[in-house]
Amino acid sequence: MKEIKVFHKAINHVADTAAKIKKENKKIIGYLCSYAPEELIYAAGFHPMRLFSSKSDIILAESHLQAYCCSLVRGVLEDSLSGRLDFLDGTIFPHTCDSIQRLSDIWRMNEKYEFFADVVLPAKLNTASARTYMLDVMVRFKNDLETATGNKITDSDLHNAINTFNLIRKNLSRIYALKSQNPNIIKGADLYAIVKGSMIMGKDELVTLLPEIVANLEKINPPETQGKRIVVSGSICDSPDIYTVIEEAGGFIVGDDLCTGQRWFEGQIIEDQDPLKAIAQRYIDRMTCPAKHSSTTLRGENIVSLAQNNKADGVIFMLLKFCDPHAFDYPYLKEVLDKGNIKNMRVEMDDQQQNLGQLSTRLETFIHMI
Amino acid sequence: MPKHKSDNTSDTKPVKIKSAKKMRDLMTTYYLDALSAKQNNKLVAWITSGGPVEPLVAMDIIPVYPENHGAMIGSSKMGEDLCIKAEDMGYSSDLCSYARTDISCSVVKGGPIGGLPEPDMLICCNNICGTVLKWYEVQARFYNVPLFILDTPICHTQYSPEIAKYVRAQIDEYIAFLENVTKRKFNYNKMVQVGKLAFEGQLLWQKVLDTTAHRPSPMSAFDAFFFLALIVTLRGTQIAVDFYKELIEEMEQRSKDGISAVKDEKYRLLWDNLPVWYQLKWLSGKFSEHNACLVADTYTSAWCGAIKYIDENNFLDSIAEAYTRIYLNIGVDQMADQVLDMIKFYDADGFVMHSNRSCKPYSFGQLDIMNIIKEKTNIPVLMIEADMVDPRNFSQSQIETRIDAFMEIIKQRNH
Ligand code: SF4
Ligand code: SF4
Repeated sequence: MKEIKVFHKAINHVADTAAKIKKENKKIIGYLCSYAPEELIYAAGFHPMRLFSSKSDIILAESHLQAYCCSLVRGVLEDSLSGRLDFLDGTIFPHTCDSIQRLSDIWRMNEKYEFFADVVLPAKLNTASARTYMLDVMVRFKNDLETATGNKITDSDLHNAINTFNLIRKNLSRIYALKSQNPNIIKGADLYAIVKGSMIMGKDELVTLLPEIVANLEKINPPETQGKRIVVSGSICDSPDIYTVIEEAGGFIVGDDLCTGQRWFEGQIIEDQDPLKAIAQRYIDRMTCPAKHSSTTLRGENIVSLAQNNKADGVIFMLLKFCDPHAFDYPYLKEVLDKGNIKNMRVEMDDQQQNLGQLSTRLETFIHMI
Repeated sequence: MPKHKSDNTSDTKPVKIKSAKKMRDLMTTYYLDALSAKQNNKLVAWITSGGPVEPLVAMDIIPVYPENHGAMIGSSKMGEDLCIKAEDMGYSSDLCSYARTDISCSVVKGGPIGGLPEPDMLICCNNICGTVLKWYEVQARFYNVPLFILDTPICHTQYSPEIAKYVRAQIDEYIAFLENVTKRKFNYNKMVQVGKLAFEGQLLWQKVLDTTAHRPSPMSAFDAFFFLALIVTLRGTQIAVDFYKELIEEMEQRSKDGISAVKDEKYRLLWDNLPVWYQLKWLSGKFSEHNACLVADTYTSAWCGAIKYIDENNFLDSIAEAYTRIYLNIGVDQMADQVLDMIKFYDADGFVMHSNRSCKPYSFGQLDIMNIIKEKTNIPVLMIEADMVDPRNFSQSQIETRIDAFMEIIKQRNH
């Protein structure tokens, strides 16, 4: 499908993608977390772009972050220090984990880009005062953006942004639903490219491309082959090869609980409400990331229902080494899956990892076993 | 690297601090009380080290600190075994070793005192890290008890009005939570009294730490690591106030008599990050060999560092800010400023940083702090890699070589 090729190209050549966006006179604001209020960035006239590590060797970041920091945080800092992110006009740091918290300080102290903001979100989401605070944080961030551009962000700018992001999210959800219905409809590596591309590419381009992909997928109906249905859980899984390995071993990915997957795009923003409130509300209602608290059992209930709703044969935890929030939840999530008789396995990986050798063998063994 | 001669230190042992025995007794009584809470119809709350304990004291609830327990596990060298048990339960070896040992202790009822008394409630304040949020979730599921989270957003550059409003609102929620769990009304009168004692205790603790500005220093950071336990566990009580008064007296007397923590103190060092609990003795001996005293540290001062925000006459209102703006909950550049102040105040000749695999919020940013210190002062900086409780991340021979080399540089500079 030619539309999907666009996504592969966009993620394989991020600097070109950025150059294209800048040609449209848009400034680029980078972020590292699915709690970044992209709608506000977009409404301010900027392009929000999620940052991934280019997986280059860590050289310059060595003098800022010890080796026991997760490879995503170290990798992105390396990219920044070595100039690979020079296309950025700014970055924002929503409060997530301890590692990102310190990355934000280091980043700010290095003063590489014009715009910088901390979006110090609440860590708990289940109280009235936390909801008020969440909204206050949005208001502050909006002010920060307005100061940067010198322009007011109007309600109509916000409504426009909400519509755009709702449309992108709705289409991504639809693609996932189609894939879950018939896993043969689209390859894992393509799905990966679409989701990652949606975090990087120009939003207006996505608004036309994604519905076209959906329309095309709805037309085709490839024969269903037998395969093991897999749900992936973790922070990020930034390796198309893993999707291919899973498929070659006879598995299909039918859903995920990833920061760079469903957890990022699920949930619509209510359109006929005060826009800032509605944006804040989605962050409260959304499936929580393990660095946030809404209840002690929610993530457990969620992983079980995600697996059940997608009729998964197994769950694979893809955990980044040194990622505390996910590592803390793992034993509990495993326990609830075991109780529900849902097979699961954990792989601890490094974002820098290029050679999948041993990992492939383990994934194959697991898929054959379930 | 020439082997170090320890000729000038072996002749006389340093004079022991007398208050240490009393401190040990107080801590024993405290733990006995906590362990017999159930028999005495008292409720037990587990609370994070940086959490506001004063409302618990005012409600006659016994506060218990898993982190203090973690330190005990580390000191008694039980860390490795308990960490491995947690790993067997599925917890990654890269997680905070306080959390790992505490989680496994609950399951196996192990540790130096046979495990902590079971909690009736959990109070988690995330002003120190995100780890405690996850750790307390684990324990809330395990013990099936109510969990209160005091969410103190990090002040990277500022304590904004919205943070102030949010945290202040949570202080009231905290009180409502306690009323709910205990089925008793909150005792606001007692709170006033406890608040004053907590304030006084912190002032006194600061004064204890300040005594080391004297040359030679009457105590070292290793002593501070030990005496810290009271301001953490018994903050808000008369016991802590009385004890620290005595300790200050003893320190002042030692200074008058010229008694020093390290024999022939020649060099004064500042320590950063948590102690390496299972190697305190070795490390303190190692530095003493070089006539170097660790006179101060960034860790123990965290329990009085935010005192400027406390209004003892308006305690509940002011602790929102005081508990939010503690050392670990501010930007790395502000942390560096505090280190610079300490270097000046204690007149330090060198800075020793413990890069602690267990504690990411404390350790990430250290390299930037190091660069700032190197740039703004001319004192040497040493970074050693370790872990506060898990000894598997401690390479004694390597660290010894590095300390020797570091001390050599300091000696040459101070010639
Ligand atoms: S992978 Fe984990 S540790 Fe790394 S940035 Fe994400 S949440 Fe933080
Ligand atoms: S040692 Fe660090 S990570 Fe562990 S509980 Fe303390 S502050 Fe948190």
